[in-house]
Amino acid sequence: MSQLVFIAFQDNDNARYMVEAIQEDNPEAEVQHQPAMIRIQAEKRLVINRETMEEKLGRDWDVQEMLIDVISIGGNVDEDDDHFILEWK
Amino acid sequence: MAVKNKKLNLKDKYQYLTRDMAWEPSYQKKEDIFPDEQFEGIKITDWSQWEDPFRLTMDAYWKYQAEKEKKLYAIFDAFAQNNGHQNISDARYVNALKLFLTGVSPLEHAAYQGYAKVGRQFSGAGARVACQMQAIDELRHSQTQQHAMSHYNKHFNGLHDAAYMHDRVWFLSVPKSFFDDARSAGPFEFLTAISFSFEYVLTNLLFVPFMSGAAYNGDMATVTFGFSAQSDEARHMTLGLEVIKFILEQHEDNVPIVQRWIDKWFWRGFRLLSLVSMMMDYMLPNKVMSWAEAWEVYYEQNGGALFKDLERYGIRPPKYQDVANDAKHHLSHQLWTTFYQYSQATNFHTWIPEKEEMDWMSEKYPETFDKYYRPRYEYLAKEAAAGRRFYNNTLPQLCQVCQVPTLFTEMGAPTKLSHRQLVHEGERYHFCSEACCDLFKDEPEKYVQAWLPVHQIYQGNCEGADVETVVQKYYHINIGEDNFEYVGSPDHKHWLSIKGQKPADQSKDAA
Repeated sequence: MSQLVFIAFQDNDNARYMVEAIQEDNPEAEVQHQPAMIRIQAEKRLVINRETMEEKLGRDWDVQEMLIDVISIGGNVDEDDDHFILEWK
Repeated sequence: MAVKNKKLNLKDKYQYLTRDMAWEPSYQKKEDIFPDEQFEGIKITDWSQWEDPFRLTMDAYWKYQAEKEKKLYAIFDAFAQNNGHQNISDARYVNALKLFLTGVSPLEHAAYQGYAKVGRQFSGAGARVACQMQAIDELRHSQTQQHAMSHYNKHFNGLHDAAYMHDRVWFLSVPKSFFDDARSAGPFEFLTAISFSFEYVLTNLLFVPFMSGAAYNGDMATVTFGFSAQSDEARHMTLGLEVIKFILEQHEDNVPIVQRWIDKWFWRGFRLLSLVSMMMDYMLPNKVMSWAEAWEVYYEQNGGALFKDLERYGIRPPKYQDVANDAKHHLSHQLWTTFYQYSQATNFHTWIPEKEEMDWMSEKYPETFDKYYRPRYEYLAKEAAAGRRFYNNTLPQLCQVCQVPTLFTEMGAPTKLSHRQLVHEGERYHFCSEACCDLFKDEPEKYVQAWLPVHQIYQGNCEGADVETVVQKYYHINIGEDNFEYVGSPDHKHWLSIKGQKPADQSKDAA
């Protein structure tokens, strides 16, 4: 059986960079656009890397900044200073 | 790189907050300080294993919450200043907000009280910190929802007395009794009920597709408070999953207790969300996703992945999920046809879906809508056209556990009413389903105390025995303004005048 993790963001400027970074680091992830929101799902694992985000934004980025734009998640969370990972092990 | 890292990293900061600010009591016994921690039978051997994956500390919490509030209130201001209520898809949509404000927002407040209470009852500091933050979040949700709706209250009926109605109106006893059941349980059951079963497994169905629908119907204020609240929920959901894993990892004796709670609270939540099914399919004039589709994505797919992950702890999917999965084809239609009949006693309006809406439902519910539900609407529409708009004057039989009228049908038999009964200590009790009947058998001493609105009316505890008196005096529903059919209602006329389609007969938007 397929076991998907997912994350949903508000569809705004911050989230667009987040989506770009996620697509770069998780090429197999599926991005779904719905009214006012963007939902991304992937098989088993999805990662947001601080380094990729900082490249996209051209500034320092704190992983916890994602708390402002996130709507929902599915999967076990593993967060530290460098990344945010959603995962079914 | 060592030079750059003068700041504490996330893990260290969180460690200091949740461990070093706690202490071992020296002159009082631990069980006297935390008297409710034992009686449910949950065994915790090591509280230090508690981990919040977000590792949120108070300084970061206030910083991000303040930023969310600033964004949110800027949008509320813009919405009000620009008469945002005039730009929604159709005024029928506002009826979903009436249900939301009376049914959901008071639950946010109940959640705040619940987390404030259980946050005092755990001897582990990590759990206490998490509950404290969540309590503040829930209070914020209750307040921001009331602020968002206050603009609508200036222009539409039925939004004037939400908290009062929540404690009295018949269908609002469904959400109210759900949370009262959770809050009167022990602290570990409360967390399993609300943090895990409700927040993690089920609230996506309310706050994600419904809020996306609000955006699609032009309601900038609601989508913004919804997603702002949901950004906190992402933390709550993570906590919910961690709570379950923590309890299960602490002791194998905890597994059967937690399984029973998951079975119970999945079902209780599913029954509560039947109200949301009708909000999605019937009360959003511009439709994004059907209830059945939302259930497939957010329960069958995401819930399936979750329960697969929990297998390793010996947890199986909730006992009654097959019934819930089957019900996705029927739920919203059965609810709406019931509310249609009882609009004389609600603070919102109902209506027959328009032709395009019925066609949409035929497409989304190919197996069931045309066969079972369209003919009912066609009959009701004919009656209404002949001047006999149908209102049911018999008060409904309520389920002793979920308090929903016994309106559901049997799994696989959509024309057979689902009903169970049993006699307990000389009294007969009625249930909407096998599941609710089982829950009663597990805790009869709790559910015999249920405050069932219909029984209370018949016992003379609601200001009078006739519907009109109860609705007006006891519920504070203004007859002829808040209740009855949408077509021809003051809200409907008012909306037509906003859209320049008919002269106003009341001057709420005269400016």
